[in-house]
Amino acid sequence: MNVLEINNVTKRFGNLVAVRDVSLNVAKGELCAIIGPNGAGKTTFFNLISGYFPPNTGTIIFDGQDITKLATDQRVVRGMARTFQITEIFPELTVFENVRIATEVASGYRLRPWVNRAEAAKVQQHVEDTLKLVSLENKSDRLVGELAHGDQRAAEIAMALALKPHLLLLDEPTAGMGDQETYQITQLIRRLHRDSNYTIVLIEHDMRVVFNLADRVCVLDQGRMLAQGTPKEIAANEAVQAAYLGHAA
Amino acid sequence: MTAVQSRKLIVLAAIWAVLLFAPYWMAPLGGYTALATRVLVLGLAAMSLNFLLGFTGVLSFGHAAYFGLGAYGAGLSLKYLAASTPLAVLCGVLLGGICGAILGTLIVRRRGVYFAMVTIAFGQVFYYIAFQWSSLTGGDDGLRGFSRAPIDLGFLKLDILSNANVFYYFVLFCFALAVGAMGFILRSPFGRTMIAIRENERRSRFLGIPIERHIWIAFSLSCFFMGFAGALYALVNNFADPRGLHYSQSGDFVMMAVMGGMRSFWGPLLGAFIFVVLQDYLSSITVNWMSFVGLLFVLVVLFFPRGLLGFFQRSKA
Repeated sequence: MNVLEINNVTKRFGNLVAVRDVSLNVAKGELCAIIGPNGAGKTTFFNLISGYFPPNTGTIIFDGQDITKLATDQRVVRGMARTFQITEIFPELTVFENVRIATEVASGYRLRPWVNRAEAAKVQQHVEDTLKLVSLENKSDRLVGELAHGDQRAAEIAMALALKPHLLLLDEPTAGMGDQETYQITQLIRRLHRDSNYTIVLIEHDMRVVFNLADRVCVLDQGRMLAQGTPKEIAANEAVQAAYLGHAA
Repeated sequence: MTAVQSRKLIVLAAIWAVLLFAPYWMAPLGGYTALATRVLVLGLAAMSLNFLLGFTGVLSFGHAAYFGLGAYGAGLSLKYLAASTPLAVLCGVLLGGICGAILGTLIVRRRGVYFAMVTIAFGQVFYYIAFQWSSLTGGDDGLRGFSRAPIDLGFLKLDILSNANVFYYFVLFCFALAVGAMGFILRSPFGRTMIAIRENERRSRFLGIPIERHIWIAFSLSCFFMGFAGALYALVNNFADPRGLHYSQSGDFVMMAVMGGMRSFWGPLLGAFIFVVLQDYLSSITVNWMSFVGLLFVLVVLFFPRGLLGFFQRSKA
């Protein structure tokens, strides 16, 4: 069963066609990586999926429902969570508070003037479990803004996980990281995929990460879907090498 | 109980003690009870504005409109409906709050400077209505010919009209209700979404919070509190003034909030205290009292960007 079905979406900004007639299906439990040179339209494509803006043409089906015209928060309620290339967190709140807000929203408490003891305990438990999943349980009282870059990324992922998503969109999870931090985040994503069975779509520049993690790799170039396939197939694809890997190597 | 919690409790107890005994310590220091009452009312208004500014992160520059509507609501109710203080307060709260909620639906789609500009524009609409509609509002002269009515509790009659101390405690009671409600909301899941929106709007949206709706609710709540403060202000003066709706009054509230510290819950009350006391003291010496308040404001913004209370909280931490 496909979690996500994207059919022929196109997004124009004036004369620029940022995403051109792209289709993509993501199966349940799959980890799909999107690669491509700078300006290939990867982040625009992500913004279309997550509802930051609507496509000019084409449809997006999520869990069998057409969500093409739905606003972001409606998509999140239906189970789609994302992180950003530049970490988006609540810097002046603690790690715990960051994840608690996500948990309360996901539990449908966002308009509630109060929660009872049992509900508060459940929220607390879920926040603690989520923090354990990303190995931040010992930093729960620290302000997120004061954490190291890698831990901030982990906190952002924790907030996305707290939403109990059916689909996790990660925009360059290892951007700006050193080798050690990249390794840790890669291990985290692997655990989420293999052990917790999350369906994940990620944009990534670091080829080691992509070929290490992905079930399937999609290559965007100048807004077009250039190729799709297993990491092996992509590595052997001449068009891809010409467009992308050739420059990188 | 942790050290932080117990320190918070001590501070809270100290604040309420200071407020509770204000009529007794203000007089020896050269103040008077009615001045303390004004501080409470304008402090409540500044805290209501800060409910939006400091905790949701959107700047309304037209909040005096809902303050003034509260005042006119209370005044008109006393003048034309019935000589009942609770009814007057209720009318003020409803008039300010409902007008705020209706206009809020149009305002909350804007952000930043545009949000501020639209709030000013709508605020001025009310100012001109109050100014022009003389037959109802008294126009430029303001609404006169009403006075707050004593409250009969059955077993006890509160003479809030002629006894300044009794009136102070009546206002303090109202203040406590409103401030308690604000504190309660800010500690709720909804209150935490307000802070989330202040901290990072994009992240909040991608957590599934419908931003516009939440800002609208915060805006409306803030207008209800503002209407409450305005209604009390009409009772303080036995008078409602179109200048209470003017955007320069909105500016005063923003100044109080920023001076006291808009990230702290109690900061705007401190700001209102400084503003009102300075105004009372300086205006008897010079007509240019505002330039001194302005100078102080500039100094605070330059050297204590988090406001006075924000600065103290920082240096303690």
